[in-house]
This record gives sequence, C-alpha cells and structure tokens, in this order.
Amino acid sequence: MARLDIQNLVKRYGDFHAVKDVSLSVADGEFVVLLGPSGCGKTTTLRMVAGFIEPTAGQVRLGDGDVTLLPPWRRNTGMVFQSYALFPHLTVAQNVAFGLEMRKVPKADMEKRVEEALALVRLSGYGARLPRQLSGGQQQRVALARALAIRPDVLLLDEPLSNLDAKLRQEVRVEIRELQRQLGLTTVMVTHDQEEALTMADRLVVMNEGTVHQVGSQRDLYERPADRFVAGFVGRTTFLAGTVESAGRFRTEGGLGLAVAGGTPGKAALSLRPERIEIAPAPLPGLDNDLPGTVEFVSYLGAQIDIHVRLSPADRLVVQVANRADGFSPEVGQQVHVGWRASAGQVFGE
Amino acid sequence: MNVAIIKRRAGRWALNGAAAVGLLYILTPLIFVTWLAFFYQEIPSFPPEGYSLRWFAAILDQPKFVNGFSLSFQVGVIATLIGLALAVPAALCITRFQFTFRAPLASLLLMPLIVPGVVLGTAMYVFHVTLENGLDVDVLGTFYALVAGHVVIVIPWIVRLVTASLSGVDRTTEEAAQNLGANAWVTFWRITLPAIRPGIVAGALFGFVTSFGNLEMSLFLVGPGRTTLPIVILQYLEWKIDPTIAAVSVVQILLICIAMLITDRYVRLARVV
Repeated sequence: MARLDIQNLVKRYGDFHAVKDVSLSVADGEFVVLLGPSGCGKTTTLRMVAGFIEPTAGQVRLGDGDVTLLPPWRRNTGMVFQSYALFPHLTVAQNVAFGLEMRKVPKADMEKRVEEALALVRLSGYGARLPRQLSGGQQQRVALARALAIRPDVLLLDEPLSNLDAKLRQEVRVEIRELQRQLGLTTVMVTHDQEEALTMADRLVVMNEGTVHQVGSQRDLYERPADRFVAGFVGRTTFLAGTVESAGRFRTEGGLGLAVAGGTPGKAALSLRPERIEIAPAPLPGLDNDLPGTVEFVSYLGAQIDIHVRLSPADRLVVQVANRADGFSPEVGQQVHVGWRASAGQVFGE
Repeated sequence: MNVAIIKRRAGRWALNGAAAVGLLYILTPLIFVTWLAFFYQEIPSFPPEGYSLRWFAAILDQPKFVNGFSLSFQVGVIATLIGLALAVPAALCITRFQFTFRAPLASLLLMPLIVPGVVLGTAMYVFHVTLENGLDVDVLGTFYALVAGHVVIVIPWIVRLVTASLSGVDRTTEEAAQNLGANAWVTFWRITLPAIRPGIVAGALFGFVTSFGNLEMSLFLVGPGRTTLPIVILQYLEWKIDPTIAAVSVVQILLICIAMLITDRYVRLARVV
C-alpha cells in the first residue's frame, strides 16, 4: 500500500473541461470517496489515476513515483469496475490469477495467493466456476478478489455497488469497509450515492462540474457545507431564496423576515435541514424564528414523517419529525407553527 | 375456452405456418437436386425409372470434377486465411478508432457484397492485364491472381461478422486486463480474441463458402487447365444434363453442412449470424 497524490489534475475534451484542477492526497490506508452527481468528473479522475485517461495537465503520484505518463499495466492499481468486468471465458480462479500471471508469480505461489484472495471474499471453493454461474453479489466479490490478489498500491472502486440490490448493497458496504481496514488498503471509491459515501469513507470529496467543492469528514460536509451545492447534495435541505438585509437579518422572496446567523448583504439562499425545524400546533416562543403556516403535504416514511408547510405564497418548507407514539402529526390543511434557532440555518450568498 | 386463448393459439399457428412455407421455399430446390442425383436414367424425367449411385461414381471418373473441387478448396482455404489476416485488424480498426475516413472505409470493406460478380470480375481482369503489361510478369490466369480475387469477396463477410461480435465485447474487460498488468497486445490475445472468436469462425466459414461457390468473378480469373468447381459445372451443363451435376451439388451441400455442424460445435452460429 502507498499514498496517492493528485496534483492540479486537468482533463479537457476540446472546449469541455471534464476535470478542472483537482488536487487530492490520500494517506496510506485511508478510504476516500469521490462523491458527486453524474458528469461531475469523479470517474474521469479515477480513470486518470488508473491510467485509462491521459491528463491534459497535472500529476498523479503513487508512493514515491510519478505515474502520470505510465500506461495502466505499469501502475500497480487494483480496480473494481461497476460492471465487474470479469473475463467471461475464464473461471473464477483464472480471473483472480490473471494479474499474478502478468506479474510472473511462480505457479505454486500463485495457487496459494488465489486461494487467499478468494478466502478473503468468502468464495473459497468457487474457483472452478465460470462468472456467469455466479450471482451478482458473488461476481462483485470475485472482482474484488481479483483486484486484491495483485496486492495493489491503491484500490480503486468505480461505483462498485450500483448493480446490487438495495439489501445486498448494505451488507457489501460493510464487508468492503472491514476488509479495507483489516488490510490497510489505500482506497479511492467513486459514487453518486451519498448514503454509500457516508457509511464507507474516512474522508469525502464532493465534486461538481469538474471541480472539488469540499473535502472533509461526514460531519464537516453535513454541518458545515462549504457552499450551496454541498448543502444541497449532502443530506436533504430546503432552500429559501431571498436577500440578506444586514448581518443576521434575512428576507425571503415571499417577504418573511427571518433571523439568521451572519451573512453579508445581498442576494442569498437560506438552507434549512428538515430535522432541525420544530413544528407544533401552537406558537413556539423559545425559538429565534416562529412562523405560522399551513400543512400542504405529508409523506409517511415509517420511522419519520415529512411535512411540507406553506409559509407564504412563495415559501414552502419541509419539516421532518420522528414518528414517536406521542409525537405531533398534523393533517393536510391544518394550521401549524414552525420554528428554529438562527444557528440552525445557513446562508449562502450568490 | 375463452377468446384470448383461441386468439393466441391461432396466432401461433399462423406464425408456424408462415415459417413452414418459408422453409419449404428455401428447401425445395435442395430436395429436388438431391432426389435427382439418385435417378437411374440419363435424361431427368418424372417419375424416375429407378434409383442408382452411378452418378456419384461418375464424378470420380472425370478428373475435371476432382481437379475443380481441389482447386476451389485450395483457393477457398488460402483466400479465407489471407482474408482473416486482413479483415480482423480492419474490423478492429473501424470499431475501435475514430478517424476521418472511418465511415467510408467501413462501407468500402463491405462493397464487394454489393458489386455484381461480373463487374468485379471485369474490373479485376482489366487490372490484371494492366499489371501484366506494366510489370512484365505473369498475372492473368495465375493461381495467385485467382486467390487475390477471392480474398476480395471473403473480406466483407469476416469484417461484418467480426464487427458484429466486437460491438458485443465489454470494453471494461479489456481495461480490467490492462489494470491487472496486461499490455495492449496481451490484452488482445487473452481477452479480446476469445471474446470475438465466434465472429471470426463464422466469418471465415461464410467467407469460405462464398469463395467456394463463386462463379461470376472466377470466370474472368481462371487460366487454361485451372478451373474452379462452379465453372466446371457450368461447362459440363453446356453439353449434358445428366444427373452428374446433381450428384456434384449433393456432395457440395453435404460438405458445407458438415462444415457448419463442426463450426456449430465450437461456436453457436445462431448467436452470431
């Protein structure tokens, strides 16, 4: 295992900037997730690390060496593809042995290492099968074993779970994470699924339109989003459009005056997390903001309930409440009060 | 029984019926030729006077059939091998790379399928004459010139079928191989080639059959004492109409059937063609 350094990486296709100046360091044994919507440049970045795409500018360093210009087969990276990319005409054992063969590992050693790799992913005894005789989850594990068998400097995961069904995905997430910790694998994963990213990563990198918007822990991204994009992408939030009149005062487009924390005068958006808002049948005098509203829509999600409250003709807010036995659960059309502390919201200037 | 089930059954019967008619239409000539080959009498007439294998024996008595068969076989095999060496890289090139003349090149490679054999033959004849005059070597009517001509009609089949199977190859398997340490060449041999093998085998088979049965173009390219089987058959038919030709055809049909059955054991033809 080794550390990975990406410095000022750029990829241009004609006028289109797929990746604009991305820099990132991944420490030895760290699990970093690149998170962003499709087309944000995360996969392009990963493929530049693997060597499938040649960067327009910038550098990729793996351990002590500069690998920017090396072809994929000269870099010691282990990649797990979204489609698994197993070789259909080779058995499971031959698939796993492929990378070892390329490295000219002696035969006796090779068999042992194939066995080890299959045991790691709990597929001992499946060596003689063909990929098409395995379930999707098993194929995914073969792909992982194949990447691990070569003892890569860095493990690259390209949306490895997106072809699994929801239940299996949750199990495999934990499995990969445990394996990664146990083996101390330097890992970079790409995903657009924020839940997946949040459960697996040591550190997250939020990307959009080819640039890195924020790098940080789960808590950093959720509690202190760097900008409006991150606030909207990580977790759920309601944005109220309006203007900051003076520090601490915000007026929505619908004309509501709200207390906020900080802000510089000008057009802005106020981000409010649904679970940080209180809702009650009567006024909420203890809070910095207290507004009357009408319930427009309720979605019952089991453990929690989402309540959409109309505050003014232009302003609507989503409030999430835990579904407790004694909890308040209003009906559509009911008059309610919503409230929150000034510090619960975050203002993003435009 | 409710109406929906009756309707569905009627639909299935109609479909099977149409398929049967189509199949019969294709098979009728083959069935008649095969039947005719076993007639006893020299002038084919119905009903047959009796059955015999004498026409099959007659083939072996006439060296022109044996020689024609041998030449057609040699030309077919060599033209197919050369065709493979040219068409497989060409198919890779037009499916994998983007370049200015990609689309025209792809059409050009399939062109021999569209151009009538007579036109192709004439063009080659003129070309060979020019070449012979210009270079002062024997070209016209030589074995090599004949093979070269057949390579042209073999190429489109291989290009078509290999292109079709290349488009079904999961490109990420190639990337996975490279990621695991295989360079471009090893990746091609170990991953891509096995994946397109069905297309290659099927393309070679169709190419061979096309070459073996070609008449129009070959007419312009054969030389004295060097005649392919279809031409031998044509020449024979100018003078005689006894069932020898039917027997020759039956042998040909059998050989092609055997080739297809053998091929089918290695690659499922129904999946490629």
